[in-house]
Amino acid sequence: MQPTSHDFKTNARAALSDRQLQEALSGLPGGLVAQRAAARARLPEFDDLRDYGRDLRNHTLDHLDLYLEAYESKVIATGGHVHWAETAEDACVAILRICKAADAKLITKGKSMVSEEIGLNAKLQAADLDVVETDLGEYILQIRNETPSHIIAPAIHLIQEQVEDDFRRQHQHLPKDRPLDQPAELVDEARKILREKFITANVGITGANFLVAETGSSIIVTNEGNGDLTQSLAKVHIVIAAIDKVVPTLNDAAALLRLLARSATGQEITSYTTFSTGPRRADDPDGPQAYHVILLDNGRSELLGSEFREVLRCIRCGACMNHCPVYNAVGGHAYGWVYPGPIGAALNPGLIGVKEAGSLANASTFCGRCEAVCPMRIPLPKLMRRWREIEFEHGETPFLTRFALRSWAALARWPAAYHLISRMTVGTLKLAAGRRGAFTWIPFASGWTSGRDLPAPQGRTFQQLWAERQKTAALLTPTNKEAA
Amino acid sequence: MTSLPEQRPRVGLFVTCLVDLFRPSVGMAAARLIEAAGCDVVVPRDQTCCGQPAFNSGDRSNAKAIAAQTISAFDGCDYIVVPSGSCAGMLKAHYPELIEGNPEAEEKAHDFSNRVHELVSFLIDVRGLSEVPGAFTGTVTYHDSCSGLRELGIKNQPRKLLTSIKGLLLSEMPECEICCGFGGAFSVKFPDISNAMVEKKTASIAAAEPDLVLAGDLGCLMNMAGKLKRQGRNIACRHVAEVLAGELDEAPIAARVE
Repeated sequence: MQPTSHDFKTNARAALSDRQLQEALSGLPGGLVAQRAAARARLPEFDDLRDYGRDLRNHTLDHLDLYLEAYESKVIATGGHVHWAETAEDACVAILRICKAADAKLITKGKSMVSEEIGLNAKLQAADLDVVETDLGEYILQIRNETPSHIIAPAIHLIQEQVEDDFRRQHQHLPKDRPLDQPAELVDEARKILREKFITANVGITGANFLVAETGSSIIVTNEGNGDLTQSLAKVHIVIAAIDKVVPTLNDAAALLRLLARSATGQEITSYTTFSTGPRRADDPDGPQAYHVILLDNGRSELLGSEFREVLRCIRCGACMNHCPVYNAVGGHAYGWVYPGPIGAALNPGLIGVKEAGSLANASTFCGRCEAVCPMRIPLPKLMRRWREIEFEHGETPFLTRFALRSWAALARWPAAYHLISRMTVGTLKLAAGRRGAFTWIPFASGWTSGRDLPAPQGRTFQQLWAERQKTAALLTPTNKEAA
Repeated sequence: MTSLPEQRPRVGLFVTCLVDLFRPSVGMAAARLIEAAGCDVVVPRDQTCCGQPAFNSGDRSNAKAIAAQTISAFDGCDYIVVPSGSCAGMLKAHYPELIEGNPEAEEKAHDFSNRVHELVSFLIDVRGLSEVPGAFTGTVTYHDSCSGLRELGIKNQPRKLLTSIKGLLLSEMPECEICCGFGGAFSVKFPDISNAMVEKKTASIAAAEPDLVLAGDLGCLMNMAGKLKRQGRNIACRHVAEVLAGELDEAPIAARVE
């Protein structure tokens, strides 16, 4: 996917004036946020579990090579194949090769952010393959020709009326008077279309929430069951996952699943949590005939060896974006690439470069709500700040910002001059303000004053007032002065 | 042997650049409260800003220099007290991570950090203050500033002191823990988003139907007051220290000076 993260500001402006988007986003606080809070309240050991999860992920990352190799050998032992893909291109090539060997015409797909990251659908379509998204949200986006705006709720930027219009336009062969104003009706409608696809597809592609080194299993969590049909009805099942998805044991996966479902949707466990281990065995009643895993690096091993390693603990629950006031204001598309919200701001510069995605790391007030809810305790503000430092070190910070910062810092490092200039500035501002308590417009701060007033200063600095107070106090107690 | 009378702790007031420039009455109120808590107040001249504009813009070297300067300015103080959760968080949580490499300087930074407290938490958690000089009659609502809340755990302290004032009614706003959209340089770099955020905040404030909005950070207050004024809402804004100290002679933030 071609990133537009460098246009974040422009994207954000458009998002802020998009009425339908704003209506859709207004459901977040009472939806996913409230659900998570309720789930957390029901589990007293939730924060201890977060510590456990963090330590577990750190341990796995410390020995990632070992666990990946163990995972690979288990997959092979259960009859599956592992394909290592260093880049997005490598991953697409491997998938196309498997599809070709299977003589695939129709491919069903479960929800996978990594497939978005590598731009898989475009590659498959360019090779004349028909690919159908089977997650309801992703299916809606596919018929709208849009990308996900959230990592677990991909169509969260849409309201029901928009989806209804899309379905009526796209599904012309279905009765025109069918009711579509309830979510359940939309699901039924999509189901009618998708059932047929599940049965005819030759290849099913899914992502993975976790890969288990102990057993060679891949795990997906869904609420619609579409992932299960995608992976068990097709002849060939391809799992596409990044290398950071591996966990040591089934027990470890269970601990992380408890955190994942609660943090993501506030569920104790999702409707379907599915473990896939290799292809169909001789006495299995069903399952795919072939099982492939694409292990994608795409910049992650570089992050692993960097000061950004902690970002790889992410289990993609989406809690950081649900709780982020910036995400809540502009939605996911403004971020201009696959991973939006705070996790995107911390991760994307590492995957697509600080020049492209550096502005995302700047788009935060550092309110800290993301870190406070992150089940893996990723210090997201700290990582965003570190990207800002790299941007600054590389001279990517805009010239005017740098100039203003440097001048201000020079003054802040020279207290005597600082206090003098403060006095003069404050005096001038007060003079300009008169008795009005605030400015409605002020040069160099028009961004601020375009939406709100700028309060005027009281007229003198605290340092001035304090010096006077000390003088008065000294005059009132001359004996103290003598003693000193 | 007779015991010596208890020494009054020497508190260095880090007044913050915004209070110094825009609202010195908050600094005066802070000093009055610290004195009411049985301490002496000093105001080192070598303080300027805590360095957050540099630190949060990626200019680590200037942030580090400002940190070192501030730490030295408060040599000899038993405590360093700050009428802002954001700046207190910078001094307490981030100075030690900025000053690294030189063991002596690191130790000094850690020692400094241990002595730093946000004003209201200092009054309650360190000094055990239960009564304040302030008096106020009316309904107030309190906005939890992000750094104070999440970096320093300030939540109940201001509410405890406020509700000790007779005649003061605390009416909580919905979503009082959500950022107002100020974010320092963020409000200048992303004014549209910042504006959208503060618009939600003022709607929350209005829902509490207060006479007065209080918070522990002047940055948030200037943002909220500026928005309330632009919207023509008749709700005043003050720093919590002003009410606690009873320093109410100055007009509220952004209000016309009569």
